[in-house]
Amino acid sequence: MIPLDLITALPELTLACLAMALLMFGVFRGDGATPMVLLLSVVILVVLIGIIALSPRGEAVAFGGLFISDFYGDFMKVLVLVGSATAMAMSLRYFETEGVVRFEYPILMLFATLGMMMMISANDLIALYLGLELQSLSLYVIAAIRRDSLRSTEAGLKYFVLGALSSGMLLYGASLIYGFAGTTNFETLADVFAELTAAGHEPAFGVIVGLVFLLSGLAFKVSAVPFHMWTPDVYEGAPTPIGAFFASAPKVAAMALLARIMMGPFNEFVAQWQQIIIVISIASMILGAFAAIYQTNIKRLMAYSSIGHVGFALVGLAAGTEEGLRGLIIYMSIYVIMNLGTWGCILCMRQKGVMVEGIEDLKGLSKSHPMMALALAIFMFSMAGIPPLAGFFGKFYVFLAAIEAGLYPLAIIGVLSSVVGAFYYLRIVKLMYFDEPVEAFDTPIGREMTVILTGTSLLVLLFFVVPGPVINGAAAAAAALFAG
Amino acid sequence: MTDFPILTMVTFLPLLGAGIIMALSRGTPEETAAPARYMALWTSLITFLLSLFLWFDFDRSTADFQFVEQVDWMPGFNISYHMGVDGISVLFVLLSTLLTPLCVICSWTSIQTRVKEYMIAFLVLETLMIGMFCALDFVLFYMFYEAVLIPMFLIIGIWGGPRRVYSAFKFFLFTLTGSVLLLIALLAMYFEAGTSDIPALLAYSFPREMQNWLWLAFFASFAVKLPMWPVHTWLPDAHVEAPTAGSVVLAAVLLKMGGYGFFRFSLPMLPEASEFFTPLIYTLSIVAIIYTSLVALAQEDMKKLIAYSSVAHMGFVTLGAFTGNQQGLEGALFQMLSHGVISAALFLIVGVIYDRIHTREIANYEGLVERMPAYSLVFMIFMLASVGLPGTGGFVGEILILVGIFQVNTWVALLAASGMVLGAAYMLYLYRRVIFGVLTKDSLKSILDMNRREALVFAPLVVLVFWMGIYPMSFLDVMSVSVSNLIENYQGALAAADGVPNPVSLVATQ
Repeated sequence: MIPLDLITALPELTLACLAMALLMFGVFRGDGATPMVLLLSVVILVVLIGIIALSPRGEAVAFGGLFISDFYGDFMKVLVLVGSATAMAMSLRYFETEGVVRFEYPILMLFATLGMMMMISANDLIALYLGLELQSLSLYVIAAIRRDSLRSTEAGLKYFVLGALSSGMLLYGASLIYGFAGTTNFETLADVFAELTAAGHEPAFGVIVGLVFLLSGLAFKVSAVPFHMWTPDVYEGAPTPIGAFFASAPKVAAMALLARIMMGPFNEFVAQWQQIIIVISIASMILGAFAAIYQTNIKRLMAYSSIGHVGFALVGLAAGTEEGLRGLIIYMSIYVIMNLGTWGCILCMRQKGVMVEGIEDLKGLSKSHPMMALALAIFMFSMAGIPPLAGFFGKFYVFLAAIEAGLYPLAIIGVLSSVVGAFYYLRIVKLMYFDEPVEAFDTPIGREMTVILTGTSLLVLLFFVVPGPVINGAAAAAAALFAG
Repeated sequence: MTDFPILTMVTFLPLLGAGIIMALSRGTPEETAAPARYMALWTSLITFLLSLFLWFDFDRSTADFQFVEQVDWMPGFNISYHMGVDGISVLFVLLSTLLTPLCVICSWTSIQTRVKEYMIAFLVLETLMIGMFCALDFVLFYMFYEAVLIPMFLIIGIWGGPRRVYSAFKFFLFTLTGSVLLLIALLAMYFEAGTSDIPALLAYSFPREMQNWLWLAFFASFAVKLPMWPVHTWLPDAHVEAPTAGSVVLAAVLLKMGGYGFFRFSLPMLPEASEFFTPLIYTLSIVAIIYTSLVALAQEDMKKLIAYSSVAHMGFVTLGAFTGNQQGLEGALFQMLSHGVISAALFLIVGVIYDRIHTREIANYEGLVERMPAYSLVFMIFMLASVGLPGTGGFVGEILILVGIFQVNTWVALLAASGMVLGAAYMLYLYRRVIFGVLTKDSLKSILDMNRREALVFAPLVVLVFWMGIYPMSFLDVMSVSVSNLIENYQGALAAADGVPNPVSLVATQ
């Protein structure tokens, strides 16, 4: 049923075709067409959001079981697309002012996004790997796109070397699983494991080893401790809008994939993977909280902050229940929005035409740019998890799931590390509000920035008024994955 | 009046005012200052007038929640926007609405930088305080309870004294640590009882072992907020560095959030654990009363002295709250209210002279009575009220608490009473050093007495402190039915746990 298969994968196919068309456009028009290509890319992503949101395609499996489309996937894809589109829109001005105009940049971001959508919809270890590599290879190049900048190339190289290592581990894990279970399809894997468990067999040692390798590879992609080392360097070295992109969309995609694998084929082995997830969750939360305290570069700080946030999101996964998955989805939705907003503020940190990245440069922002300071303060309080801002609800729902699953120590360690984390978020508020201004940032920040900052800060601030849509959507998404 | 959402109006009117200030006033900080002040004043005054409906329409003959509003908030979770007040909470709402306009007036000239932001912060703070006392859903309560940290952090940090950054961080992180444990307890209760609705939780009886853990988590949060010894150390710092109005709100309302928490959650929801931990509470309270009174004696900074006296007075509150009898509980509630008025007034009193001389060192003052007779009179009234002079609000609370505690444990009562003596000692000593003596310091020779604006701030507080002292029934009436209902349920639960048929409803109504 090829035609039906094509409809199932319609968003991905559209994206692939349009990205290639744009590539040709860029090749023929040269670097001068970059703003045009970037704009068109954003339009494409926005249209895709519309396609996914407005065409309720029920659950369907395509291409011989390699690809699955369900509401869970749709929800996460919308998140990814929002992240990509916003990060792209934010980068427009940056690349113009920094004099790095390359039409490949938006195209690569489109391909990375395509890879992420494939990851989310993967229903087979092979499809998973293909999606992951499409995404990773694009990201390696994007990280090093400023090839005359030492930091950017270093970031790209570091990311590539470590990323290749993790891909290798993941692939090795996948091959072990295939070797012991005899299939790569998620549904068949689930059936095989269920039968084995029903027959009273212990899970084969090789499968567990394979699972651990698979988890390590994915933990690298979500930058969970102890596979987080690349994150601060890459975030700091890569151009700022790319940092914003790295911190949002790929995290969501990798997290969605991780949840799909753990809750799907390996659902039988909850007892085995739950311990691993708990350990990396605790380690990520604690490292994210403590390591960020001494940072002086805001991009590095955001890297550690994102490690901490991944730890919190993993609390939801650790619960291993539908409620936990719902918490994870809510957490990632809120995380994407606040992260984009914060990176948007970082992109506005520009003094006399030069980007600055020091936390100290934010001193006295509330006097020189009151609205920007207000937006950043909202994001910081939200990331610290203070109600009534959105970040609180993210934490609320993951801890809700953890408590329901009886994981009290995890929840208590989690909330206490969020107190430690609150310290460095507060420090930024302190710099902006309590200290005297040093040097004002350049104005104006640009219309697209104003829109993005206003939009994201209002979403974060007013989430509590109507939490229904996100929460219901996440609940439906979680239910879709569990039903499948 | 039944369908009129009065609590929502009272709660969110200040927020609306803050929004208007933010939206309408554009221009330089100098241009926006005056409109922001007037807008904040009018908003808080209208809120206060509106909240008076609660006072007049409140039915004093029932323990049920009144003015209830309920709207679905988080679909599928059984979490709703549920507001309502009973005899325990209604007076705190009024205290909050009364003090905010006073705070605005007292900051009229003393705050000259970022006036617009200051007024917005105070109005937001008012919304959060009122919402916290009105919330009848635990999640909603927690949201208000913790969100208070944001405006308070900014108030201390932006408009505070030299060590404001340290104090603001200490305040925020201390309180947050307690709060997150409360959140864990909240979630555990939510799963145990299947709801976060406070009336439903009040009716639910939690298993014995669980109660202890929940109680400790509550205690971690409320004890920091109250604050109890030994987690009180954030309070002197926060008070000293906060601007006058910030200290007023902090002492008068924010501290009461901890006490309110004990009354609303610990006692009625976890009666057996509360009884189990009563010795702990008594011990910590006695230490707080005696130790912090001694510490207060040695203070050189007026605000710090009053801050330590707050810790001592809150020690009385916790003593009374855990006596389990009508006098003790009503006394504790009354003490919280009277302390709200008296400590607010004392911080305002310090603010008056701080605005003139810009120092809070006791050693820099002497003989103020020569130049400031009216000020000295007001200071004396509140100093004696703080000591607990009969005829003032401070007396009623303390005597009720002592009567309550005497029935339970005479030794504790003895120690608590000795704390009162110490209280008299440090307050009189303070008064003597600042007001009496011969005025020889040059810096004080030209000091002016209170102006009309300052007198206006103190007038309602003076009236209240005497009203509370001379005719306390008008306040005790409001709370007594709710308190006796609480005690009935509390003793009933304890008796049921001991396997004895319930004899207590007789005792409680005596």
